[in-house]
Amino acid sequence: MHPFTLSRPADISAAITAHAHDAHLAFIAGGTDLIGLMKDRVTLPDRLLDINHLPDMAQIEALHDGGLRLGSLARMSDVAANLDVRSRFPVIAESLLFAASGQLRNMATIGGNIMQRTRCAYFRDEDDLPCNKRRPGSGCSARYGFNRNLAIFGWSDDCVATNPSDLAVAFSALDAIVLVRGLRGQRSIPFTEFHRLPGNTPERDNVLDRGDLIVAVEVPARIEGRASHYFKLRDRQSYEFALVSAAAAVAVRDGRIESARLAMGGVAHKPWRLKAAESALRGISLDNADALRTAIATSFTEARPLAQNAFKVELAQRVALRALETAGARV
Amino acid sequence: MIQTYAERAQSDVRMEVSMTVNGSLRTLKVEPRTTLLDALRDELGLTGPKKSCDRGECGACTVHIDGRRILSCMTLAAMHDGQLITTIEGLESNGSLHAVQEMFIEHDGFQCGFCTSGQIMSAVTVIEEAAAGWPSAATEDVTKPFTIEDLSPAEIRERMSGNLCRCSCYPNIVAAVAEAARRR
Repeated sequence: MHPFTLSRPADISAAITAHAHDAHLAFIAGGTDLIGLMKDRVTLPDRLLDINHLPDMAQIEALHDGGLRLGSLARMSDVAANLDVRSRFPVIAESLLFAASGQLRNMATIGGNIMQRTRCAYFRDEDDLPCNKRRPGSGCSARYGFNRNLAIFGWSDDCVATNPSDLAVAFSALDAIVLVRGLRGQRSIPFTEFHRLPGNTPERDNVLDRGDLIVAVEVPARIEGRASHYFKLRDRQSYEFALVSAAAAVAVRDGRIESARLAMGGVAHKPWRLKAAESALRGISLDNADALRTAIATSFTEARPLAQNAFKVELAQRVALRALETAGARV
Repeated sequence: MIQTYAERAQSDVRMEVSMTVNGSLRTLKVEPRTTLLDALRDELGLTGPKKSCDRGECGACTVHIDGRRILSCMTLAAMHDGQLITTIEGLESNGSLHAVQEMFIEHDGFQCGFCTSGQIMSAVTVIEEAAAGWPSAATEDVTKPFTIEDLSPAEIRERMSGNLCRCSCYPNIVAAVAEAARRR
């Protein structure tokens, strides 16, 4: 790796101030994404600030109202094993368990997980091929290149990458809230507004500014929380990023869907909420697969596949259906 | 003042880090960019953890920090001041192999042996994680409690998926882990 300095901030304010005033400084927590990016020379920060020792940021709290507060430094493995997480929001535990490996889950944090960068092969290529996300203005090699794994929704000619986080898909479906501290104090960002679409500035994955530090993610109590499921389809069974995945959560009354939450991974630059499908699903019986399929299809009229990934349009609908049916079985 | 990489490479930016490695307190000076794996191998001469992919993909560098399995190639040595590190060299006690090591021999869980230290370090904690009630992606229902009796071959395969074996000794590795878990 390139040479850099490493230090620990005295407290959270010092961390925020240092990050705000130094464009060549990066926070490091679990490091499982950042160190890979540095080894591949995708990002070359001059200074790393080790935030692992900041206090009060690693808790997993079961809130009295049925929600959760996950500190940004909580490790993936601890959150996935937590009994409150598993019983209140199985979709969160499953999204974590279907990601990475046992070793990586012991290292990687909740904050780092939702900050992880795309796995688009061109972005990470050691030969530094054109990539607007890596070097703005250099072009997109994937637009007419190898794009089987990439987006079918919300992409631009400047970037067709997908977000690799599984956890983010679950957070999106549950309308979680990202708690961020910055130079001007603390603020809450609705999860569906946390990640961005690429547009003509694909170098920005999310809405955070310099000096912003994620302190926690809150998951409000949801009537659909318990009957939730994460279904992930991959090119191999384990230890692989999603081809397509879905987080589903559902509340049922008198055998019919009272409300449904659906978000997909592997299809866009951000977790992709199926809002039209969620509306169309209301009132449908969970046993009526044809009606469920038709409702889900309402969110796919706007799909725009690339040259190599037209198969994802059908696959994603089947994955959404499977996730919804499995979630429904937990009612 | 902005230094070039070349200038910085020539200045001594090494950091002092003290870790308890396999039971002994070790103090060393490392560059910030030194991975824990390189520090263990090159500074402390512990060549049990292997440098294979160096990208967190193969698991050959697996060691324990404070009793948990991690990938030593994907973390910086200087981030682990004050922590407890265990490598394969520290697994035996008083000349006796760890039960998981015994089972790898018993079940012929390796051929070339290059991935073996990582496999064994992972396997030791796979059993501990299961005993602590951690579910996995192979667990039928994560909302229910998990016990070590639920550690089926399918569970072991999923939990060991972060350790690759080019010789493909997987069936024997799974058998070794299963028996070590049974005898626990």
